[in-house]
Order: sequence, then structure tokens, then C-alpha cells
Amino acid sequence: MHTWRLLVLPILFLLFMWSWGHTSKEPIKIGAILSITGPASFIGEPEKNTILMLAEQVNKGGGINGRPLEVIIEDSKSEETQAVISAKKLIEKDKVVAIIGPSTTGESMAIIPIVTQAKIPMISLAAGTSITEPVSERYWIFKTAQYDRSAVEAIYKYMQKRGIKKVGILTITTGFGDQGRKALLELAPKFGITIVADERYKPKDSDMTVQLLKAKNAGAEAIINWSVGPEQIIVTKNWHALKMGIPLFQSHGWGSKRNLQLAGPAAEGVIAPLGRIVVWDKLPDKHPQKKILKEFEESYLARYKSEPGTFGGHAYDAFMMVVEALKKVGPDPAKIRDYIENNIKNWPGISGIFNMSPKDHCGLDASSFEMVIVKKGDWEILP
Amino acid sequence: MELFLQYFFSGLTVGAIYALIALSFNIIYNTTSILNLAQGEFVVLGGLVMWFFLEKLKLPYGTSFLLSLSIGGLVGLAMERLTIRPVLKTADPLLLILITIAFSILLRGVLMFLFGKEPYGYPPLSEGEPIVLWGAVLQRQVIWIFIFVILIMIFLYVFFNQTMFGRAMKACAIDRVSAKLMGIKTTQMVMVSFILSGIFASLAGILITPITFVEYDKGPLLTIKGFTSAILGGLGSNWGVMAGGFLLGILESLTAGYIHSGLKDVLALLILLTMLLFKPAGLFQTAEQARLRKL
Repeated sequence: MHTWRLLVLPILFLLFMWSWGHTSKEPIKIGAILSITGPASFIGEPEKNTILMLAEQVNKGGGINGRPLEVIIEDSKSEETQAVISAKKLIEKDKVVAIIGPSTTGESMAIIPIVTQAKIPMISLAAGTSITEPVSERYWIFKTAQYDRSAVEAIYKYMQKRGIKKVGILTITTGFGDQGRKALLELAPKFGITIVADERYKPKDSDMTVQLLKAKNAGAEAIINWSVGPEQIIVTKNWHALKMGIPLFQSHGWGSKRNLQLAGPAAEGVIAPLGRIVVWDKLPDKHPQKKILKEFEESYLARYKSEPGTFGGHAYDAFMMVVEALKKVGPDPAKIRDYIENNIKNWPGISGIFNMSPKDHCGLDASSFEMVIVKKGDWEILP
Repeated sequence: MELFLQYFFSGLTVGAIYALIALSFNIIYNTTSILNLAQGEFVVLGGLVMWFFLEKLKLPYGTSFLLSLSIGGLVGLAMERLTIRPVLKTADPLLLILITIAFSILLRGVLMFLFGKEPYGYPPLSEGEPIVLWGAVLQRQVIWIFIFVILIMIFLYVFFNQTMFGRAMKACAIDRVSAKLMGIKTTQMVMVSFILSGIFASLAGILITPITFVEYDKGPLLTIKGFTSAILGGLGSNWGVMAGGFLLGILESLTAGYIHSGLKDVLALLILLTMLLFKPAGLFQTAEQARLRKL
């Protein structure tokens, strides 16, 4: 009994020392605002998973120069208002040194004034051009998703090579479709392409035969469809059923194996500009992105039993840029910003090889896409 | 001509889907005067459950089909028991409609939880290339939908006119108090109408999924389109709502074809508003018929 009492004090002391020893290494805090629930949850979900997985890997590997990394993930519920609240909380209460996200263009635009005022670097995961342009007004803002423009350029370049001059476009009436349509219409003259039909459809429509036929009757030599989700599979099935005799191009939102399963034989011959994450196993071994693509895809697949897809890739790139900056310059928001702007050069990521500069806060262009055709239910890279 | 025919076929495809949903709307309306605004979710339920049995559990087509229909019926039963029955005696129709909206949100949430947010699909009833008629193509599954629409029409006709049970349901719709005085268990009739409607909506889901795919949040749009069809044809009459469905589908398709694809939903809503303003009884019945039905 007596010895037991004698032991208590040293044990308590040791416990105290141990816990004190831990807290002495205060974690470096970064924030993430993601659309984990709500209509954009299909984007936010893989992004959240990616960041959780990577943060764990970083901390297992000794953290950032000995200090642990703490990622505070906020759910924006796919709403602008909630994104603003989350941004304020991360900046004022949690005092994060950098923010990853938000997942969508609308939410990113909503919090740009706040992070700019707080002088905190933000790396958006959304694609909208206005997020990083004009660069002069976007000093603190970066993004890791390719411009829609770049996907359109990749398609038009390919068409130019094949001598396709007249195209019919089908776009969905959502933000994604609107932005794609804008880019398709704007860039066409630059590549000597005429848009002969500009057709639209709504989310959850059941049949797009009419739009396809109108495009063909207007003399289109190819169809470009711009949507994500079941609608793009319906377009593919209708295109196949009509035996139209002209190629179908899809947007960069086509890169999911699920689309191929659902469309079945109808998807044969569909062409799309896709990020390399989708076709990593078909890249030559010496490709600079191959190694990290393989590692990322395999570890994600092992942990979550699903593919990370392009969205997971955007989160990977943003997270790794912040981690690299933290390791090199420490937890100082201004230094992190400068590092990302000036030192991310020829930087192989998941979405492409980044070249950030004071003039370009995205650092990706049309070359980050491969033109991919569907052959025998699998992807094949077109030369 | 070939172009017109293709637009027409495309309209028939979409119209067949609307007609199926409008019919299941009508079954509940006929016996209870309630608009079940969870109808679209039942359609989604049918498609998702069918996928589960067919693709996940790899059961044969026929078994999956029957199991999915039963689940649709059971959920209809559960909905009636848990949400409609407790308030049926006291509540006015508006409250009941609100309850169905609440149930639709609940069901959508459960479906999202169980199936996630991805679209699902499975092969059609008979595989093969689409049928070419006079140069225009028609998917085989659409023919199946036509066949089922006709079968449902025959079933409903026989059930409501030739069987005692069906006639009791009809009586209950016309005048609940009198029906009760004649010894008809009115609450039982309401229950059966929810089961039937659940089954038919699931059937719609099972049949349309190979064409349109199905994901957890497809319901509200289907509900709106089915409702518009029902109003167009005249809520209450089975032939009317079926014709309304096909008419709406064809009108949408022709608008998209000859005017602009961006305008087709505008047209659908315009039709809905015009009908409600000028001919609320629908195209295929007179105001008097509709009133008699409602008495």
C-alpha cells in the first residue's frame, strides 16, 4: 500500500512530462474547405479522402520538419454562404497558414475577398478561369484544376489535325456546361472551327436524340458534349443508337471507369481530353508523372476501395504544394505564397506538370491532357 | 419526314416514361384525393433496388423484377402506415400533401445513404440493336414500356370495374362517408392504393432505368413531369393521364427539334400554367366529369 502511494507521484510526473513533451511541438495548422455534402459532394468526397490520407502519410513520416501537421477540414455543404463562414472560422479562430479549396468555382469566388484581406494563400480546387484571373487581383489565390479552356483547346487541336471544321455542341445547363459552352464558342474561330449547332439540355433529361440529330442536320462533322454524370452516358447511348457516322467528343469530365461500364458498347470510339490519372498505367515508364500517379492511385484504391479520379488529383496537387512550401520556408503565409508562385516549376503533379509564375496562378495548359479514345471498353491514348 | 419521325419517336420514349409516372399518381389520387409528391422517389427506388438484385446479388431478371416490385409495394405500405394513417381522419388534403413531400425528402436521403450518389444502370429487358422504322430509330426498351403501359391500363380497368375490391375502392373515392356506411373499410382502401401506387411507380423505375439511368436525386424532376402530364390529361382519368404523358413528351421533343432545345422545359411549364388557368380538368375530360369524380 505504501509503495503504491510512493509510486503515484513519479508516475504523474512522468505523464505530465510526456504530455508536455508532445504539446511542445505545436502542430502547423492548414485549413481545407470542401463540398463534402450537398450537390457538389461527388467532388468534395474524393478531395476529403485524399487530404486525410496524405496528412496521415506526412505525419507518419515525421511531420513538417519535426512538427506535426494538422489539417482542419470544413464542410461547405456546396453553399457559398457556408464557404464564407468556414473561411472566416479557419482564419480567425484556427489561425491557419494556408487554405486548400473550396471545391467549386462559385464558392471559391465567394471567399476570395476574405482570404485576400487576411493575406492567407489559398489554393482552389475548382476549374473556373475567374478564380485566378486577372492575376493582378488574385495575389493570394492559386488553383490546381485545369482551365476548361485548356480542355477545349486540346479537343480543337486534335480536330485541327484531323481536318474537322464544323462541329455541333451539346451542353448541359449547369455551371459546368455554361463554362464549357463559353470556352467552346470563344475558342472556335482561333482554330478555324465553325459551330454549326449550339444545343442544350437540362440535368436529368432522359433523351438527347433530338439535339444530336439537329446538330447532324446542320452539317456537323463531329459532336462535342459537355456534361458530367448520367447525362453524358445518355448522350453516348443516343449517339450510338442513331449510328450517326460522325465522332463524339466528351469533356474532361468523361474520365470515370463507371461511364464505360454504364455505356457499355455504346462508348466505343468516344474521344475525350483526360487528365493522366485515368490512363497512368498506359503512360511510358519515363513519363515524369508516372511514378506519383501510380503511388497515388494505388494507395487511394487500397484505402478507400474506389478511384480518386481527377478531383482527388486536384486535392493531391494543392496539398503537396503547401507541404513542400511549409517544409522549405516554414509556416509563414507570405513566404508560402511566394514559394508557390516562384518555385513550383516543372513540378510533376497528378493533374499535370505545373509551371506557376506571377503571370499564371494555375500553371497548367492543354498539354496536361491526353486525347483518349474508348477501345474495347478501355481507354487508349491517341497519338 | 425522317427527321420528324425521329423527333416523334424521341418524344414517345420520354412520353412513355412520363405516362408511367402519371398513372401511378392517378391511382392514389383516385382513391384518396391526395397528390403523392413522393412518387418520383418511388420510381428511383424501383430502379435502384432492381439494380441491387440484378447486378449486385446476380439474381435472375424475373426474380429481381418481382422482388423489386414487392419492395416498392412494401415501402408504399410503410409510408401509408407510418405517415398517412395516423392523420388521415383529421388532416385536410393540404397537410397530407405536405406529408408526402416530407416523405420524399426522407426517402431520397435513405436512398443516398444506401446507394451513394453515382448513377446506376443495367441491361434492358431484351438486348440488341435499336429498331429502325422508316429510317428512324426506336430503342427496344421503349416497346417494352408501351406493352407495360397497356397491361397496366387493362389491369386498372378490370380491377376498378370488374372486381368487388376495386369497386369498393372506387366507391371510397367518390364518397368516403357513404362508402363507410355501406360497410366498406375505407382505411383499408387507402392502404391498398398506396401499395398499388408503390408497385406501379417501382415498375416505372425498373423499366426506365436501362434508358435514362437512375441516381438518388432523380425523383423531383420525375415527380414534376409526371404531375404536369397528369394535369395535362386530366387528373383522375387513367386514359387521360396516359395520353397526357405521351403528349407532353412529344411536345417537348418537337419544341427541342423545331424551336430550340433550351426551350423545352419552358414549354412544359407554360402548358402546366395554361391548363391550371383555363382548363383545370385536363384535356381529356370535361369540368363536370372531374367534379363528379371529386364529389
